[in-house]
Amino acid sequence: MSASDNVLVRVSGVDRVFHRGSEDIHVLQNLDMEVRSGEFLALMGPSGSGKSTLLNMIGGLDRPTKGTVTIGGDSINALSDRELAAWRSRHIGFVFQLYNLLPTLTAEKNVELPLLLTPLTKAERNRHVEAALTVVGLAHRTRHFPRQLSGGEQQRVGIARAIVADPTILLCDEPTGDLDRKAGDEILALLQALHREQGKTIIMVTHDPHASHRADRTLYLNKGQLTTEMSE
Amino acid sequence: MRKKLRALLTFLSILMAFVLYGYLCAIREAFSAGVSVAGADRIVVMHKMSLVMLLPVNYKPQIERIEGVDAVASSTWFGGMYQGEAKNFFPQIVVEPETYMKVYPEYLLSEKEKQAWLTTRTGAIVGRKTAKRFGFKVGDRVPIQATIWNKKGGGRTWEFDIVGIFDGKEKGTDTTGFLFRYDYFDEALEFGQGQVGWYVARVADPEKSEQTAKKIDALFANSPAEVKADTEKAFVQSWAKQIGDIGKIMVAILSAVFFTILLVAGNTMGQAVRERREELGVLKAIGFTNGGVLAIVLIESCLLSSLAGVLGLGLAWILIAQGDPTGGALAVFYFPSHDLALGFVFVLALGVAAGILPAIQAMRLNVADALRRM
Repeated sequence: MSASDNVLVRVSGVDRVFHRGSEDIHVLQNLDMEVRSGEFLALMGPSGSGKSTLLNMIGGLDRPTKGTVTIGGDSINALSDRELAAWRSRHIGFVFQLYNLLPTLTAEKNVELPLLLTPLTKAERNRHVEAALTVVGLAHRTRHFPRQLSGGEQQRVGIARAIVADPTILLCDEPTGDLDRKAGDEILALLQALHREQGKTIIMVTHDPHASHRADRTLYLNKGQLTTEMSE
Repeated sequence: MRKKLRALLTFLSILMAFVLYGYLCAIREAFSAGVSVAGADRIVVMHKMSLVMLLPVNYKPQIERIEGVDAVASSTWFGGMYQGEAKNFFPQIVVEPETYMKVYPEYLLSEKEKQAWLTTRTGAIVGRKTAKRFGFKVGDRVPIQATIWNKKGGGRTWEFDIVGIFDGKEKGTDTTGFLFRYDYFDEALEFGQGQVGWYVARVADPEKSEQTAKKIDALFANSPAEVKADTEKAFVQSWAKQIGDIGKIMVAILSAVFFTILLVAGNTMGQAVRERREELGVLKAIGFTNGGVLAIVLIESCLLSSLAGVLGLGLAWILIAQGDPTGGALAVFYFPSHDLALGFVFVLALGVAAGILPAIQAMRLNVADALRRM
């Protein structure tokens, strides 16, 4: 993946229409957007504005009705479901609002999941898992199950799972939405550190203006269209 | 499987289904064993009207003279009661020791016991299963109450000296029989001397059995006691059919059982997939392919089915080996190895059948929908 103009994500003329009965719901309308490599971008907007849908498009979880999504020069719309799954495993790390950890697996096994799709050996996977859990400050909680961890710790495991395979982009959907202010701040500080110290490109959907202040740039979505762009 | 109680109940349902499968296979085998071990080289010759009608004893040398017949043994159903109890049933047959052992080489008797039988008029040999059931030993004197054949003077109690206990050459050989000598029987009879129940002829070439049977039929055509000769297999089959087609009954019961279990296991897997939509969505989001997710659900289903099924088959094997539930009335009672092997196939098939629809559902799961917050 390379981008000569330093633009990593390019969304061009994207429409996304959902059909509910005879009604067409235009969630995204002729949307254009670019994200530079190494940028920390916040996406804000009211509920139903299309933030998560846009994030899903960029992460290859959904396909546009019209328009193209290009990541690192590759149009991901053209990929088959199988190719898209392989592409996601290499390039995208997801962080979810409700952490979405597998409850029957320990922290380290949850973090190891994306590595099962790589040709790494067990020993190599263990090293990567240990490093990722150390980055998020949970090296001492590796054998704990999700139910034995606090919300903030579970989200840290979620972030470790997202970064363990060293993806190109981190996509965070309301990562602090289910946490109290203190735990939320810790998670935001962690994302900021990943961005600053490791140069990770991060796109974060949030409702919280306090969270968006951590980003380099914030884009506002309303009724499927970008309304204002504010640079930090 | 997150719901432990539901998983346990499904596990136990599958386990019990396979225990039942084992028992039904053993019961079917008990009823059809005679058919499977029946010799292709033996012809049963009975009265054309009915098995209860007797044949003259002088038919034997005539059958022996037919080309292709190696040996002929006569048999007569005694039908007595041991200790005056109907529940103590075991087949008692009147035979001629020498020819009978020639025609039925699958009954294994030591040379010493054979000699004892040939030299003891009141001697009887008993199959291992019946000997074990009633604790009979060589040297025992066993009284049996006649229900058909009275002794001269009206006595109904016949006494026999056990001179041997025979085993079966094969697993399916019937060892419930109680065999005693025709000369002792015929001499002491109040009526019906000089007659036997049926003959069994052994032929040299099994491929010519039917042809030889026709010759036997023709030999006694238009005589006062016409005969019906047929291969032993056909005879045993028609005998078994008189109590119904056991195989079909068993298949019907098993089909109902497995269909019910399929619904139970399928429902469990379906619920498990529905409850884990988000988790399956996460797996897809991090790069698991649709095929990978399908495989995960199928493996889980097969694992549940295999653990419960294999344990059920093992339990059935152990329980059946303890003996038949009637206390020994069934001639043979064991879990046939081919049915056990088929059981393993059913275990896997159940896993696949129960898991396939939920697995397809998981495979088609839209990631964005699965992860959409409620």
